[in-house]
Order: sequence, then C-alpha cells, then structure tokens
Amino acid sequence: MNPVKSLKARKHELGESAFQLEVLNDRLTLGKHLPLFREKLAPIDLFPLKPTEIDIFQVNVGKMCNQVCKHCHVDAGPDRKEIMTQETMQLCLDVLKKHKFRTIDLTGGAPEMNPHFRWFIEQIRAIDNDINIIVRCNLTIILANKKYHDLPEFFKQHRIEVASSLPFYTATRTDSQRGDGVFEDSIKALQMLNAVGYGQEGSGLILNLVYNPAGAFLPSGQAGMEKEFKRALKAKYGIEFNHLFCITNIPISRFLDYLLVSGNYSEYMEKLVNSFNPTAAANVMCRTTLSIGWDGYLYDCDFNQMLDLKVAGKAKHLRDFDMEALTQRSIIINQHCYGCTAGAGSSCGGEVAK
Amino acid sequence: MSTYYNSEDLKKFGSIGAFGAKNLADDFFKYYGDVFAEGALSSREKSLIALAVAHVLKCPYCIDAYTTDTLEKGCSEDEMMEAVHVGAVMAAGITLVHSTQMINKAKELTM
Ligand code: SF4
Ligand code: SF4
Repeated sequence: MNPVKSLKARKHELGESAFQLEVLNDRLTLGKHLPLFREKLAPIDLFPLKPTEIDIFQVNVGKMCNQVCKHCHVDAGPDRKEIMTQETMQLCLDVLKKHKFRTIDLTGGAPEMNPHFRWFIEQIRAIDNDINIIVRCNLTIILANKKYHDLPEFFKQHRIEVASSLPFYTATRTDSQRGDGVFEDSIKALQMLNAVGYGQEGSGLILNLVYNPAGAFLPSGQAGMEKEFKRALKAKYGIEFNHLFCITNIPISRFLDYLLVSGNYSEYMEKLVNSFNPTAAANVMCRTTLSIGWDGYLYDCDFNQMLDLKVAGKAKHLRDFDMEALTQRSIIINQHCYGCTAGAGSSCGGEVAK
Repeated sequence: MSTYYNSEDLKKFGSIGAFGAKNLADDFFKYYGDVFAEGALSSREKSLIALAVAHVLKCPYCIDAYTTDTLEKGCSEDEMMEAVHVGAVMAAGITLVHSTQMINKAKELTM
C-alpha cells in the first residue's frame, strides 16, 4: 500500500529534516559502528569536498505532486503546497542572465504543476537558446488533467530534454513503489512522447528514463539494465527512449521511513558503506551542480535541500548570489551521502564511475 | 553455536582464506570473479543460473546472495521464479532419468 499522504501531512516525525539527520547520525541504534562519511573522504583527499566546475543549475520548483511515491526523497504529494513564486523564478532568471550554465534542470514534485512552469521555460529559452533544459517529468502528470495533455508538444517546442522515472518495465513493481495504475499511465505518457518524436532516432528530442530499485537493494549494471528496459518496452508497448539512468535510493524522507518500518535500515546503510567507491566519490553531482529550493535558498544538491542543509557561506539565497563564493565553498556532507558513492555511484544522470 | 545457519556468516565468506590454504581461497575467488564477469552470457543471465543452482543445492547463503543479486541486476519476479523452476525440473528429471537404471536392473533380476 502506498501512503496516501506525505509524512508532513501525517505529522510523522520523519517529516522533519532535523529528525532525519538525528536518525542518520545515531550510529548506536544501527547495532554496528558505521564510519562517518567524511572519514571515507579524508584518506582520498576529498575532504573538505569542493566543487569542480558549477555548470548545472537545478531548480526545485515545488513539492506539489500528483503522486505519493513510497521512496520519494522530497516527501512530495498533492497535499504539499510549497511552490516557487514567479518572483523567485525571476531571481533564477537574473542569475542565468549573469552566469553561463551548461544545463538547467527543473525538478519537483511534479514541476509542471507549478502555475508559472511554462512561463519560466519560455523566459529561460529567451535568455539562452542553447542551454540544455531538463524537465524531470513523472509521466502520469501528462494524463492527470486535460490541461497537461499538450505537454509533449510544449516540451518539443522548447527542445526540452525529458527525464522520467520508471522504476521497472512491469506493472507490479512500478505500482508498488509509485501507486496503483501508475505503470499504465506512464506507458501511455511515454507513447504520447514517442508520438511527437521523443526518443526517436534523428529527432534530437531526448527522452531518458530513470530507474531506481523498488526496495532495499542497490541498482547494478546500468548498461545491461538499459538493454533490458529497451528490449521489454519496445517488444510489449512499442516504446523507444534514449538512455536509462540507474539511481540509488538515498536513505532520507519516505525511503528512510520505508527502511525503518521494513526493518531494512541497518543492512541497507551497511551495504552502502561497504560499497563505497572512491571514483564515484570524486564524481558526485554536488561538485558540478547547484540546487535551488522553492523559496530561493541554495543547496549543494536536492537531497541536502530536503534535509534543509543550506550551502556553506554567507550568501545562502538567490538574492545574494555570489558565484565566486559558491565555487570556493565546502560542500556539506552527511551520512546520506553514502547513497551517492556506493558501487558505480549515483546522480541525477545515473552512474558516475565510468 | 545455536543454529547451523546464520545470515551474518554470509558476509564472512570472503575471509575463508584467513583460516589457512589462502592460496586456494584466492584461486577460488579469482575463478569466481572471472566466471561471473560479463562474457558470452550477460552477468544478468549468469545471476539467474546461480539463483537456480542455489535452490537445487539448497544453500541459504546463496539463495540470499543471488536473490539480492538478481533483483539488483533488474530481473523480474517472473524471471526469478522461472529460474527456480528450471532448477527444480532439472533436479526432478535427473532423479527420474535414473529410474531407467532401476528398471534395467529390475528386469535383469526378475522373470
Ligand atoms: S518521486 Fe517524484 S513523482 Fe513520486 S511523489 Fe516524489 S516527486 Fe512525485
Ligand atoms: S547527497 Fe548531495 S552532498 Fe552528499 S554526496 Fe550526494 S550530491 Fe553530494
């Protein structure tokens, strides 16, 4: 059964980021001693963790979502009202006018539910015609309401790269993580995206899928998994897509709740620690990304954002944006970071240790 | 030792070399690694074979390890269960095919 409400709405103690950090750092209740993440970084000269080159501007435009997935690190859902205002979007645009980024990555919640979403994209395109715009689309939003049915066309018009979660190519495993009927709607949405050219060779319209395990295990072998997804989705539903990104579930928010309730927490953390990979650590996404919260605060990544760990330094808000200071800052790390460095590593773009 | 099988022991598998015959353990683990590497068969297919063998040989350590591994490699529940059936039918067939020996011998001995 999927939770019908967010942790926040249920007044669950894990709805508070401070409590999540307490759990993550309470190494005694784990029943075993787990090393601190920074103790793993120090011997490989990665502590303090510093940015390499900030070229991805990731904006979380709000926590509102039409789904309530079990693993959601945002604790998003229809009951979450936090969304970015047009004024805050304007602050983002001011930064984009001043600084060059390779990619702008729009996430949520379901970013399309923000009433200023389309306006925001049009403004970004007006500033920079070449910047790669990624939208993290949960697929079902396209079918959720008539007003979203033309999203594939809108995406095409603005040459948006679409990144969509699809936990598995079977209904049972997808629905168990994301809610009943999600698989069926996701398939329909993918077919709609294919119909306007997404994922088709030569169209230039990129459709990437994002896989994350539906449970307390790690993803393994992105290339092999991509092959399987392609084979299964093409054979059964005629669906085509470009790449599959494999993402590890980070032990925070609703996934942390799942781990604790299912009795998998201690084992999962131990597995993450034992799979620590120095190459993945050197390539964690926070070294190239800046994450913006719905209220305009700055974070090292979307996970730190959900744990309310704002960037180090004086300028913590878009209003005081200081690229120089951000480039030199130390990235804030904690025990959840083990999720980014296990095995082949994990980022919004999938594996990081090639 | 209160039970013969303890799931924590699976994690100690890698340290069997510490008890002696380290060179043999090292050889085994190298062979193990080479066998499971991507080859003519994908590591995903190899993992499903291992899951079937784990059931046939009834090893709880291997069932634990290869259930996790097949899930991690993106195998579906259907694939995992079918692999177990392949193992089961092979084991049953192997038992049954030996009945030809029993039949031969019985015929030899009876009028
Ligand atoms: S995982 Fe994505 S689609 Fe699911 S509730 Fe969270 S934001 Fe919404
Ligand atoms: S959780 Fe965030 S801060 Fe930690 S390693 Fe991953 S991207 Fe970096």
